[in-house]
Amino acid sequence: MIEFVLGNALIMILIKSFIAVGIVFSLPLPFTWIERKIAGHIQVRPGPMRVGFHGVLQPFADGLKLFLKEDIIPDGADKFLFRVAPYLTLIPYIAIFVAIPVAGNAYLSDMNVGVLYVLAIGGLSIYGIILGGWASNSKYALLGGLRAAAQMISYEVAMGFAVIGVIMMAQSLNMREIVEAQGGGILSWNIMPHKQLIGFYIFLVAGFAESNRIPFDIPEGEGELGGGFHTEYSGMRFSLFAMAEYAAMFSICAIGTVLYLGGWHAPHPALDVIPGFIWFIIKVVCFVYIFMWVRFSWPRYRYDQLMALGWKFLIPLGVANVLVTGLFIMLW
Amino acid sequence: MPEVNVFQDYLPVMIVMGITAMFAFGAVVAGVILKPKNKYPEKLGPWECGIEPEGEADAGKFTVQFYIIAVLFVIFDVETLFLFPWAVVLDKIGMFAFIEMVLFIAILLVGFFYAWAKGALEWVK
Amino acid sequence: MANEAVEIVGPDAGKIETREMTLNMGPQHPSTHGVLRIVLTLSGERVLNAECIIGYLHRGVEKIAESRNYHSFIPYTDRLDYMAGMSNNLSYVMAVEKLLDLEAPERAQYIRVICAELSRIAGHIVAIGASALDLGAMTVLLYGFRDREMVLDLFEMICGSRMTVNYMRIGGVSGDATEMFLKKCREFIDYLPKGLAEYEQLLTNNRIWLKRTKDVGKISAKDAIALGLGGPNLRAAGVNRDLRRDEPYLVYDKLDFRVPLRENGDVFDRYIIRIWEMRESIKIIRQCLDQMPEGPFIAQETKYSFPDRDKVKTDMESMIHHFKLVMHGITPPKGEVYFGLESPKGELGMYLVSDGGGKPYRLKIRSPSFVNLESLNTMCKDELIADVVAVIGSLDPVMGETDK
Repeated sequence: MIEFVLGNALIMILIKSFIAVGIVFSLPLPFTWIERKIAGHIQVRPGPMRVGFHGVLQPFADGLKLFLKEDIIPDGADKFLFRVAPYLTLIPYIAIFVAIPVAGNAYLSDMNVGVLYVLAIGGLSIYGIILGGWASNSKYALLGGLRAAAQMISYEVAMGFAVIGVIMMAQSLNMREIVEAQGGGILSWNIMPHKQLIGFYIFLVAGFAESNRIPFDIPEGEGELGGGFHTEYSGMRFSLFAMAEYAAMFSICAIGTVLYLGGWHAPHPALDVIPGFIWFIIKVVCFVYIFMWVRFSWPRYRYDQLMALGWKFLIPLGVANVLVTGLFIMLW
Repeated sequence: MPEVNVFQDYLPVMIVMGITAMFAFGAVVAGVILKPKNKYPEKLGPWECGIEPEGEADAGKFTVQFYIIAVLFVIFDVETLFLFPWAVVLDKIGMFAFIEMVLFIAILLVGFFYAWAKGALEWVK
Repeated sequence: MANEAVEIVGPDAGKIETREMTLNMGPQHPSTHGVLRIVLTLSGERVLNAECIIGYLHRGVEKIAESRNYHSFIPYTDRLDYMAGMSNNLSYVMAVEKLLDLEAPERAQYIRVICAELSRIAGHIVAIGASALDLGAMTVLLYGFRDREMVLDLFEMICGSRMTVNYMRIGGVSGDATEMFLKKCREFIDYLPKGLAEYEQLLTNNRIWLKRTKDVGKISAKDAIALGLGGPNLRAAGVNRDLRRDEPYLVYDKLDFRVPLRENGDVFDRYIIRIWEMRESIKIIRQCLDQMPEGPFIAQETKYSFPDRDKVKTDMESMIHHFKLVMHGITPPKGEVYFGLESPKGELGMYLVSDGGGKPYRLKIRSPSFVNLESLNTMCKDELIADVVAVIGSLDPVMGETDK
């Protein structure tokens, strides 16, 4: 009897995992097209137009091209680490999605330390970037890897402080309970000024840095390092890094939605007729749009400026946010 | 406290990691099968803007100027770790624990501002 | 300060040996504006020395001039600073005219000023857009290209070609500015301030842009003069020099315009000077359009300038002149001249030596991009790699002109 239940649960988990990973893996396909279209319209040009209707097949063409690209491992590279690095970057970013509840009953794992898990596993992915940069034995890649290290030590702490504010509001580390604490309309979302707006701001900035996007795409720094840590990568290994970048962006957006935008809750209880997961997707997509909007509007930071911003501004602000939130909780 | 089912909570993590690794590995293998193979020394050398590189990239000690900040990072990352459990149970343990934590943060902040004043955060020039 | 802290905290800090790294930036690099190669000596990411190595685009333009007659060298000048072909044309034909002691008719002079200023606008737009792209702000470049497209359309309208214009002629220009062109030109300068406002909105008040450019790549006025810096880069360092005003040529002395000046000599100043200069160029073009007289567009000097195309077919005299010009070219008197004008990049000078034959004995081009690159090391010292990119962008070198 017990074995049967266990077996059943296992199969359920397997099926769910397959679906989840499949979705995350295929997300870059529509979103590269969307990103390029958004870029086009921001920059007064049409974007991809040739392959398929308004270029919708462009991502498939690009993917096919990456499949057929020669896979080069430089002579001087540390071959083992060079091969392993892309996986080390990609897997943690996708593993983040395990803990994210898409709707009240749609999640892979309802772990009681969800927030901690997400932060911890998100931090792991940086190893792949550093190792990939180092193992290439190319100076540009090495510089990119070091920059990635500098970036991580500047933003993980700030992000931690930002998230602590949310935990204090919800009294829980469980992602589902954090969302449930924000139920009942837009006013109870954590993004509201009387809740965790400052925390959201810190989270957003740190999130940009965590996902290596402009204005913090310095480990890649295509204008300076010509690709940074993935300079030497080509073909599928390169696309694993590219996919990791997308997965990172989506994971940050999903975490942000859970922590600050009320997860699957509708902005007003009357709108609850629309299923929760649709609200969740809408919120994530809006969040992603902000990432893209910023990318095509702003220049990138220099990496010492980024560290200064992290240490001299965001961390003190994060600490202040924690203390003020704590004080409010104590007094009310 | 709800009971913790480690198996049910963390098995999906392993499975998702496994499936991801499988997908990724499959993609790389497919690439290896489909790709053209045409290697020659120039292609296998590291990219340095089309010029033969001078010296190895990882042959010596490279100046990492943010060493102190990396040390500070470790301290503060551990600090946030202490804050997590405290934050969860804050309203149950009351004012005393809150003030305790304020003191804890204050001590760390003193160190932080000391490092700041000493110029550890001005590492660039 | 940082080093002090290292000594205090790390007990082994004094013993750690680190090494310098030599890094090639270019010739195949996204931000070196073509095939400029810079050999950087680095300590970490800090630049200790930046050495420019050029010549990857050398085509021997000066030598080619010695085997072409005076007319047929004009198209080669387009390929120098390919972002501003009109200025190069102009500099060369003005040098030849100086040698011949010939003056273009007034209408031609006004047309020349309009074209030179339009090419200044086109050049500055690319300079700003490209340097913003290097720092990650991609959109400015695309906005810039939208507006530059209009300039290129104007060039196409007036001479049939967009970048390699080949429009200036010894003694004038190759074709008259039509009513249509003047109308479109006026529409363009009415529009351009809107475009400039958009670039400024994206950059001038953007905190990240300010952080990346303010106090980066500084150069003092003294160093700037010593290193021969020119154009907007020189004026950003606080040296008040502009050939259009100081040694007026064409009709610049009849026009009212200001010369923008900044004093910090950093990347931001070099950027903002370019924006202001474009505003002044708009003013200049507007005045030219208002003052433009009627008349011939090329000097009626049959010895030097080509006769009218239709006349060649019907008029014996003209045909003989045409034949002579094509076969033998012009034969200026013995002598040597230097003519420099204010191109978008700085002082573009042509030094021409004539031995009395049909071809130049020697042509020396003083190209501003080449001279400007001298200052790169001074500007980049003690900055970070990311700043090198900002500095290159702000110097706006065009390799076609640097390598000649």
